[in-house]
Amino acid sequence: MRYLNKFLIFVMINISVLPAQAGWLDLNMPKGVTDISNEVFGLHMLILWICVVIGVIVFGAMFWSILMHRKSKGVTPATWHESTKLEFIWTIVPFIILIGMAVPATKTLIKMYDHSDSEIHIKITGYQWLWQYEYLNTGISYYSKLSTPYSEIYNKKSKNVNYLQQVDNELVVPINKKIRFLLTSNDVLHAWWVPDLALKRDAMPGYINEMSTIINKPGIYRGSCAELCGRHHGFMPIVIKAVTEDEYEKWLTARKVKTSGVAKIK
Amino acid sequence: MSSVVKDTHHDDHPSGIMRWIRTTNHKDIGTLYLWFAMIMFFIGGFMALIIRSELFQPGLQFVDPQFFNSMTTMHALVMLFGVVMPAFTGLANWLIPMMVGGPDMALPRMNNWSFWILPFAFSMLLSTLWMDGGAPAGGWTLYPPLSLQTGDAFPFLIFSIHFMGLSSIMGAINVIATILNMRAPGMTLMKMPLFVWTWLITAFLLIAVMPVLAGGVTMLLTDKFFGTSFFNAAGGGDPVMFQHIFWFFGHPEVYILILPSFGVVSSIIPTFARKPLFGYSSMVYATASIAFLSFIVWAHHMFTVGIPLAGELFFMFATMLIAVPTGVKVFNWVTTMWKGAMTFETPMLFAIAFIVMFTIGGFSGLMLAITPADFQYHDTYFVVAHFHYVLVPGSIFAIMAACYYWLPKWTGNMYPETLGKIHFWLSTFFVNLTFFPMHFVGLAGMPRRIPDYSLQFADYNMIASIGAFGFGIAQILFLYIVIKTIKGGKKATDQVWDGADGLEWTLPSPPPYHSFNTPPVVK
Repeated sequence: MRYLNKFLIFVMINISVLPAQAGWLDLNMPKGVTDISNEVFGLHMLILWICVVIGVIVFGAMFWSILMHRKSKGVTPATWHESTKLEFIWTIVPFIILIGMAVPATKTLIKMYDHSDSEIHIKITGYQWLWQYEYLNTGISYYSKLSTPYSEIYNKKSKNVNYLQQVDNELVVPINKKIRFLLTSNDVLHAWWVPDLALKRDAMPGYINEMSTIINKPGIYRGSCAELCGRHHGFMPIVIKAVTEDEYEKWLTARKVKTSGVAKIK
Repeated sequence: MSSVVKDTHHDDHPSGIMRWIRTTNHKDIGTLYLWFAMIMFFIGGFMALIIRSELFQPGLQFVDPQFFNSMTTMHALVMLFGVVMPAFTGLANWLIPMMVGGPDMALPRMNNWSFWILPFAFSMLLSTLWMDGGAPAGGWTLYPPLSLQTGDAFPFLIFSIHFMGLSSIMGAINVIATILNMRAPGMTLMKMPLFVWTWLITAFLLIAVMPVLAGGVTMLLTDKFFGTSFFNAAGGGDPVMFQHIFWFFGHPEVYILILPSFGVVSSIIPTFARKPLFGYSSMVYATASIAFLSFIVWAHHMFTVGIPLAGELFFMFATMLIAVPTGVKVFNWVTTMWKGAMTFETPMLFAIAFIVMFTIGGFSGLMLAITPADFQYHDTYFVVAHFHYVLVPGSIFAIMAACYYWLPKWTGNMYPETLGKIHFWLSTFFVNLTFFPMHFVGLAGMPRRIPDYSLQFADYNMIASIGAFGFGIAQILFLYIVIKTIKGGKKATDQVWDGADGLEWTLPSPPPYHSFNTPPVVK
């Protein structure tokens, strides 16, 4: 019982210290802005609730036993210690529950591996400690690195709201179009992760990894490098700007002019 | 002929420091292992507190990011190879001969050697903190190419891992030889206490995977110094191959770190429930199944490296299967408690907390097994929360439960019960305060192994840091209790716990130098 109390107190403390700016959403995985990311969120919640139910049953039985079957209540202990029937039941039942989890997980995973009919192809290269984005077949290529000033990192100035989640050049992509990302690295391992798109894949030298997405909503989506890559691993964020198709075409043209302008000067 | 007579007088008892250096006695060596683990626990814990200090607030306050990475790397290596594994080997040394009714371990001189390698291995590892280029900072998983960027520390890191592996393999050989050869007549395999069973299986895992790690790190060494390209893509090598090799070692390794805990808990729960362990044989089979499965799930640590779909599915299904035998164990423990007559001394409290929090770690493990969801969890604080739940309130709590449970047997003195309970409640409260919020920041998107984070993670990181300091300080109480118990206290009876069952409780407290000189009779 005291154990339970401790746990409740702990939960209460957690709730009470929640400051205004941190909503409940910050406690959980983001639903994201793609069909796949919504499916992943659904899977996550499904398994979480299955675990919660199993936990309530198992811990419930345990705490009931702790409360009722104690020596101070003068009980005499039972002596039975075997039951093939019980062992059989609690082997088979979890197995069936697992199949129930595996089926939707497999379906989602198969969808995640389908990169067919992609319209836009972007090659992402990881460097220590920045990203390079190449829009294949357009000649557009640029680097994207952290733009948070050192004065904020070293606490000389107060931190802005996008602290460590801002870059000099965002990755601009259109919504409602299938985008295929090709990932590689120029030095050590990195991992390109944007939670709102439920996309995470390692960027490795000598390999080209593949993933794809269709973004449903325009907006700014932030992520980061998720594989330890050295001293500034914590300082290579990802920012994606998802825009409507028209805006994307405009941006593309403007960027092409800029790129060819640079070429002329050379 | 006189020399033959002389040879039977092999009971040489040097005193002072030489007693510990030259000892071949299983109890002395067990004590050495346990004290070694205790010292490393505080060193590794200190590193954890450096990590948590830096993460107390956003921004860089105390350490350079490179040193921060060194701390996460060294904290892991010290805690895994320097605390949990030696502590379990120490428990094995102390307990297995007494539990199977033997006089000592089967290979006492090798026993001495396997311990005394460790202080050298860890001196070498810790000395890298003062080397040019700093201590290893590529993570305990040593993934190339990053780990190859390590400075002067690199060869010292590799050789210290070789030594740790050597020590573990010899310890494992000794455990297997003891269990298979030193059992008292009548102590059949299926009568052995579960602690002995889980250690037997653990020992086989160690012998199977430690050489794999040794091979992997040796290839790293030759890549760095002898121009090979095992893992160098530019030379035709494959950085992913290292991950396969590492996790073929690494996944059985995590069961090496937990299986003996299952044995400890399976000893403690029946004692304080005053009821025999439920489903003994299914517990043995479940342990063996977990050990088998541990060899075919390694790539679930690598779901994001870009394995083909069929591979992802195989490793997802195989990993989910582990929930079945693990569930069987938990259900058996709960059923053992059911209709018992329980009392709640400190070892029992730690054992119950183990079951609850290990199960929470198991749940998050099951969530991590689901590949599509793992793409979101992978390399975030959700993973950090998961493996700390199975390792701290899992393995470490089991080790502490074992210490409280067998200290009276080892020392002949009872530990102070009230202090023990205070230690338990402080540890349980703070361990949850530290690690539970990590689930939240992980899900919300905080990657692991970062020295600084964006503002939305600030609150939970602060809570976790407070919890970590609380947990660390609570362990000083544990040290105090252990020393106090060794120095004196209420005399323990031979039986110690009225519900305890097993050969070790038939010996006096403390037990004689050679546990069983004449084999006991096992009914």
